[in-house]
Amino acid sequence: MSGHSSYVPTNRFMRWVDARLPLPRLVYDSFVAFPVPRNLNYAYTFGGILSLMLGIQIVTGVVLAMHYSGNSALAFHSVEQIMRDVNWGWLMRYMHANGASFFFVAVYIHIFRGLYYGSYKAPREILWILGVVIFLLMMATAFMGYVLPWGQMSFWGATVITGFFTAFPIIGDPIQQLLLGGFAVDNATLNRFFSLHYLLPFMIAGVVILHIWALHVTGQTNPTGVEVKTKDDVVPFTPHATIKDGLGMVVFLLFYCWFVFYMPNFLGHPDNYIPANPLKTPAHIVPEWYFLPFYAMLRAITFNIGPIDSKLGGVLVMFGSIIVLFFLPWLDTSRVRSAVYRPIYRIFFWVLVVDTIFLGWLGSRPAEGIYPTLALIGTIYYFAHWLVILPVLGLVETPRKLPASIAEAVLGPNYASGTAAGAAPPSGSVSAPENR
Amino acid sequence: MSVDHPIEPTRRDFLLIATGAVAAVGAAAAIWPFIDQMNPDAATLALASIEVDVSQVAPGQSITAKWRGRPVFIRQRTDEEVKAAKGAPLGDLKDPVARNANLPSDAPATDENRAAPGKENWLVMVGVCTHLGCIPLGQSGDYDGWFCPCHGSTYDTAGRIRSGPAPENMAIPPFEFTSDTTLRIG
Repeated sequence: MSGHSSYVPTNRFMRWVDARLPLPRLVYDSFVAFPVPRNLNYAYTFGGILSLMLGIQIVTGVVLAMHYSGNSALAFHSVEQIMRDVNWGWLMRYMHANGASFFFVAVYIHIFRGLYYGSYKAPREILWILGVVIFLLMMATAFMGYVLPWGQMSFWGATVITGFFTAFPIIGDPIQQLLLGGFAVDNATLNRFFSLHYLLPFMIAGVVILHIWALHVTGQTNPTGVEVKTKDDVVPFTPHATIKDGLGMVVFLLFYCWFVFYMPNFLGHPDNYIPANPLKTPAHIVPEWYFLPFYAMLRAITFNIGPIDSKLGGVLVMFGSIIVLFFLPWLDTSRVRSAVYRPIYRIFFWVLVVDTIFLGWLGSRPAEGIYPTLALIGTIYYFAHWLVILPVLGLVETPRKLPASIAEAVLGPNYASGTAAGAAPPSGSVSAPENR
Repeated sequence: MSVDHPIEPTRRDFLLIATGAVAAVGAAAAIWPFIDQMNPDAATLALASIEVDVSQVAPGQSITAKWRGRPVFIRQRTDEEVKAAKGAPLGDLKDPVARNANLPSDAPATDENRAAPGKENWLVMVGVCTHLGCIPLGQSGDYDGWFCPCHGSTYDTAGRIRSGPAPENMAIPPFEFTSDTTLRIG
């Protein structure tokens, strides 16, 4: 994909710059002339939307940090001051809090799009793995950010999540004390979380650059899963992808603004408006919605498995549910990328979507009665999808016939009839004006 | 150049490896302060002995003291609660060890080993669920002991884990009754 640069500096100044620091050339080649498959649909606009959300989170976050106090005696109060006294503080905070949620909305759509169209398969393994790294960094950032308002959910969420580490024998307690800076969540914990919450988004931005770099080396996948073969399969990034991404962003921002302005606390928990109290646990602790499926898996393990006690088992299952994603490129044995041409995989894909949502719902229920059992069933299915169904399915499934090329899939078989393998189509066989 | 000096290590090789080793040790030593600064500081470590007046705690009542930033439940149990705890067969317990800092680490989790010595109605324990650190709710759950609202761990009237994801009985801190009405923890 990273072919020859077609950038031509238009005047003496740009030629002067190009000979010294070819940044305009990099931008032109990456975001103007960069060839994208002509059949990308709106599911492919979420990469751009995610970049936008990262930008919104960094800008609103830097602004909030100007007014926030990372001290356990002042934190809760300073957040209330942001809401009531700081000019536009309410807007900044609601944009930031809901921005985190919408960041995760976008990333989940982005991930499931990758799963549906097999975007993780060779040669895009590193691209996928970098994405999983970004996802983990996002989770760490969101978790630490949720602690900062120092409400009841902040405090007890921090207690529970840092408690994960005590599950590991011998090294567990020292690691937890290292993370907390004490024997329980306290001022030292809040202060370092504030520092790291400010740092991590910039690390995310760094990995995003690697992610995009890897994307531009291999080129994008597309709904057919067939690699780009000729220039008829692609259109230039600008204006095609630029405009499409732009419209996707506008629609996404409409939903985002609906929450920010009309229901800003819908996704939050009312208990977080109660100041943190180290001596009283809320009756029903729930994490933010985007962690609920993983939370359900943590709670699903209520029994010891051989030498592994239930607590370590739950923690291993929860971390394992994300670690398994790193191995996905090698777990899926099918050579066909797109679910469009995999009739059985397509069914299992949607079952996985339903299973994940089901686990999320269970994560929001109290850990009583039938719920832990249902969570265990959901957890077993989740792991079976990656470790059993995907490896086996690739061997037994008969995929549908793939189109010869993206252009054929889009323009119909008549296009292909005039094309010898690998050769350029005769002029006039395609109607899109950009191919003149 | 390797023609003149075949596989034989030279003085230069030795210097390179020795310098590299010193640099690696130096880098590790330089990193350590940046990690260790995160550990509990001197103010946090300092201390931790508290005295609690328990003269106002009637049978069936509890108070919570704060020790090392964590709650300690001090409960004068009712006779029924003691009886229930004593009635539980040791084989039914998920964690068979007393987890009592005042006893050897392999002491069995009998009610005698959980309760205050010589005062079998009194139970003093760190009120932190051994699962992920929430504060369990008293006198609730299937065993009328403690119930952790976070992930559903159930403890009996001696603070022993009976069901749910928690792996251990709630910890008994080092303590002693310095008089009939005064308790020292830590």
